[in-house]
Amino acid sequence: MRLFSRNTRMTIRYEDDLRLFRSYTARVVALIALAAGIILPLTLGDFPLSVLCYAGIATIGAIGLNLLVGYTGQVSLGHAFFLGAGAYTTAYLGRTLGLPLPLWLGTSAIVGAVIGALIGPFALRLRGNYLVIVSLGLLMVGQHVFENWDAVTGGLTGVPVRASASIGLLDFAAPGVGSARLTRNQGYFYLIWIVAGLLLLGAKNIVRTRPGRALQAIRDRDLAAEVLGISVFKYKVAAFALSSAYAAMAGALYASYARYVSPLDWSLFLSIQYIAMIIVGGAGTMLGSVLGALFLTLVPRFVEALSGYLPFVSRSAGSAGGITVFGLNQLLFGLLIIVFLVFEPRGLAEIWRRTKLYFTMWPFSY
Amino acid sequence: MSDLLQLLVAGISLGSIYALVCLGFVVIYRATGVINFAQGGLLVLGAFLTHQFAVRAGLPFVLAVLLAMLVVALAGVAVERVMLRRMVGQPVFAVIMITLGLLYVVEQVVSAIWGYDLVLLGDPWGVRTISLGPATIEIADLWTIGMAGIVLVAFFLFFRYSRLGVAMRATASDQEAAIANGISARTIFALAWALSGAVAALAGTLLATGPRGVEITLSAVALRAFPAMILGGLDSPGGAVLGGLTIGVIEVVSAAYLTPNAPWLGENVHVVVPYIVMIAVLMVRPYGLFGTREVIRA
Repeated sequence: MRLFSRNTRMTIRYEDDLRLFRSYTARVVALIALAAGIILPLTLGDFPLSVLCYAGIATIGAIGLNLLVGYTGQVSLGHAFFLGAGAYTTAYLGRTLGLPLPLWLGTSAIVGAVIGALIGPFALRLRGNYLVIVSLGLLMVGQHVFENWDAVTGGLTGVPVRASASIGLLDFAAPGVGSARLTRNQGYFYLIWIVAGLLLLGAKNIVRTRPGRALQAIRDRDLAAEVLGISVFKYKVAAFALSSAYAAMAGALYASYARYVSPLDWSLFLSIQYIAMIIVGGAGTMLGSVLGALFLTLVPRFVEALSGYLPFVSRSAGSAGGITVFGLNQLLFGLLIIVFLVFEPRGLAEIWRRTKLYFTMWPFSY
Repeated sequence: MSDLLQLLVAGISLGSIYALVCLGFVVIYRATGVINFAQGGLLVLGAFLTHQFAVRAGLPFVLAVLLAMLVVALAGVAVERVMLRRMVGQPVFAVIMITLGLLYVVEQVVSAIWGYDLVLLGDPWGVRTISLGPATIEIADLWTIGMAGIVLVAFFLFFRYSRLGVAMRATASDQEAAIANGISARTIFALAWALSGAVAALAGTLLATGPRGVEITLSAVALRAFPAMILGGLDSPGGAVLGGLTIGVIEVVSAAYLTPNAPWLGENVHVVVPYIVMIAVLMVRPYGLFGTREVIRA
């Protein structure tokens, strides 16, 4: 009977299902992740650190999109637009007012939330295919604005960003005391992952409590949710606002870290990448957002690193055909979406759950 | 006045391309209830295949087009059989994302085979134009308009009078009831993808005829055809053609009048005007102008 003595699998009360960490393993994994987050920047070089910084930014955006798509069931191809809105807000505030970190991050989040709340009502009238196309339309219109509102976005050429990463005396661009300072990449790694961790905690707390259950009820059947007394209007708008606030914060951090934003950064491809993160990671799970973001940021870098050893991959595009590194990445990206949707629609999070289950239940197979 | 006429002609020829692209969307939507985002990929594939058969293999142009249509139709059937058959009963969103993933795969495969450069199709029309009163029309455009008309009529006859067409409509309206009546839903889905692939190949070829040529970025036309399709309603072939023509004219006219008169709107405002029109229409009629209203039961 020792098998179940730690009560890792069996939940007896409803409260057990609602806990932040549902099992002993979850606590251990969280602690390991925390330790890794502290140690990694001190041991890794600049390039892997910058990749992980972008992965952290992607994590924030993916959590936001998962709240909307995975938990509320509202499909959106417009996520890239909200990321862009946050990035340009930060670029503008940094250039004109020179605001400190909490203020530009907060303002970007508010701008994102307001635009999201304005878009939300569209989802009340439309569903399924039509909602997808309208969100695509909004993305196209948004991209046009990014390309032409020269005063704020710098037009097609883009705009350099100077957004200081300091809170009071602590400057994340070069944290430390006196002459003992960390590098910019190390500093930003801590900043981005601290923000990502806090936002993950926030999202996790939303989805395991009453508002989160309301969102999931709307996802499963909006009419039934309405009958249960959930205001579909209120929660759909709130889901859009929250999701785009997350996206805008991701965009703001991106702008501050990359120091340059151009309209090409916020294309349809970015939206699809975020949706792919959710599909590959697992829709409707917070673990899935993190895993998917990490996976889809890291895989292209691995392909780039490996491409030197693959004879059929050429370095540059030619008229003779053949596939480039970029092409190979796009191909793999398309295949990943298809393979996961066909064979593992619940994503990496489900694979992780099954693996855990296997070890918990060992030597029994179920 | 002659300016306006010229614009109208240009708009109609652009619109008939959109209409052809939309007809491909509509067939799949009617049978399976899904928007096929990979349609753009099939367009490019069709155009490049025509190039392959007509220019590189030296076949007569008509034969090359027919062969390209056949190959893309078979590719459509293969896609349905390998991927989408497994997705029956899955949420719409999942199937849409599969077609999006497919778009990236097809684009990369096509560019790996034919490269990134612009190639011509070797069509017999070239850059020749004819005068129609004060307006000038490219012969390639006339063919596009004519083909869109023929395909529309053929679709109408097919859906109305042929056994398969009626079976397709039955499957679209109620899959279970259709199966109970002895219709093979699998055959219908495969047929829908084949038809859509053939229309896509035809549209892609016509898009690339004349001086335009084909390159990989042609697939973006499918994205620009969405407003046309939505305007007409997802499940109406007649609506697709009317929507295509409307959006084509709106796009051309707004390019001619909006950019010079309102420069603050930006350079390429005519690209987004169709989307704005689409969103406005959907706010008033959530199922398009001619689409079937979906009845929601609890």
